[in-house]
Amino acid sequence: MYALRHYFGLHRANFVGAIMRIAGQPFASATTILVIAIALALPAGLRVAVNNAAVLSETWQSVADFSVYLKLDVSADAARRTARTIEARDDVAGVTVIDRDAALAEFRERSGFGDALDALDGNPLPHSLLVRPASGIAGDVEALATAVRALPEVELVQIDTAWVTRLRAILALAGRFVDLATVLVGFAVAVVVGNTIRLEINSRSVEIEVTKLVGGTDGFIRRPFLYLGLCYGLAGALVAAAVVAVGLLLLGSPVRTLAALYGSGFALRGLSLAETGLLLAGGALLGWAGAGLAAARHLRAIEPR
Amino acid sequence: MIRFENVYKRYTGGREALSGVTFNIEPGEFVFLTGPSGAGKSTLLKLVALIERPTRGTVLVNNQNTTRISRRKIPPFRQRLGIVFQDHKLLYDRSVFDNVALPLVIAGASRREIEKRVRAALDQVGLRGRESHAPITLSTGEQQRVGIARAVAPRPEVLIADEPTGNLDPELSLEIMELFTRFNEVGVTLLIATHDLELIERMPSRRIRLVAGQVAGDSGAEKA
Repeated sequence: MYALRHYFGLHRANFVGAIMRIAGQPFASATTILVIAIALALPAGLRVAVNNAAVLSETWQSVADFSVYLKLDVSADAARRTARTIEARDDVAGVTVIDRDAALAEFRERSGFGDALDALDGNPLPHSLLVRPASGIAGDVEALATAVRALPEVELVQIDTAWVTRLRAILALAGRFVDLATVLVGFAVAVVVGNTIRLEINSRSVEIEVTKLVGGTDGFIRRPFLYLGLCYGLAGALVAAAVVAVGLLLLGSPVRTLAALYGSGFALRGLSLAETGLLLAGGALLGWAGAGLAAARHLRAIEPR
Repeated sequence: MIRFENVYKRYTGGREALSGVTFNIEPGEFVFLTGPSGAGKSTLLKLVALIERPTRGTVLVNNQNTTRISRRKIPPFRQRLGIVFQDHKLLYDRSVFDNVALPLVIAGASRREIEKRVRAALDQVGLRGRESHAPITLSTGEQQRVGIARAVAPRPEVLIADEPTGNLDPELSLEIMELFTRFNEVGVTLLIATHDLELIERMPSRRIRLVAGQVAGDSGAEKA
């Protein structure tokens, strides 16, 4: 029991000592922490961007609406019956019938091909349906389209979800890219901390030598440096989280304005609590690991002579 | 307590610092290690503290064969040994108290135990009440006494010192020697390297004289 208390007492002393040491040389510490923070803010910021893009692509569910062109010989009544059949499905939110005459009138008005249309005898347009899939079936729009295509009255289903699918694929790729960047940046942070700890070890070689002379174990000597690394990593991660938060704050207002122009209530989301926790824990762990590597390499070299 | 059996130490480059040194120091003895500079006194003490290892021969300390002590076992070995250095080897970024407390912290003593022992050690060397001072504000002699307090605070059975009075004037040197004598009176085994023959002239202690890496004289050889 006592040994345990002593052990934790040492750890607390090392932790406090590390904070004091960082505070004791504010300029050098700030430089190191800022480098770590910028490095960590990069993947954290990218992660936020990808997350937001993913959320945005979800809100674009309505773009998954697709058009169903019926056969030319299908009557208006038959078209409405078909619409009701489709509407009865679970994965369909609603179906709008577009009458062929209304469609022709609109086309004439908007396309500027009015004269050309006059040259045709009769209405070349069929009745068509605008199908809005139920939300949350993003992946199954294709299946719905296939089912609709199988109906006898249907001539053509024109589905334009391909770009949404592509966007999702791009987002998945971007997510993977962020993962990769995170790993690389993680290495960089460990190296930065390791280098700082190496300098610290060199500047404290007398202390290390004396401690070894009076019987300090490797663990006892290593621990203050590990805590120093941990504090650097943790402080860097905290600043990185703050950088991301400030960035979101600065972008928040213009994004809301832009979203409003598109009639969307979309608002930027920051790092979730879990992601913030992961960032802080990751920073601390990388600092610890970097310090551990430096300590393993350089502490042994300092032996009493 | 400290036993050398035909010990050789050759440094890379071929210089032989010790050539067949044999002696035995019993528990509670007070021994001076004398001889001219370069005779191998420092090397001999380094072998005792496992700062270096012998090229050949056996060094026993506290009945432990030091050649069998692995690198990982050196720290606990050194915790049982008090070492005093000519240049004190104090840490100047912390207080006198923290300097003396260092070996106790390493050994895992409780806060109360540490405070008690640091005060006792500083009291013994005549520096009571200077706990919070910075070592740099103390005189050389006082700094050396802080170094001695640090060495004796964990109550080692063996105390070794390499030229502990090397930088001190005769009066301070004598004080330090009297300090060592008091430790010896409570049972600590001491091995002190010094070239200051004048200083130890009046002391009745055993002398092992090294010349060119060999024992050239041992006033207590009959005991070995």
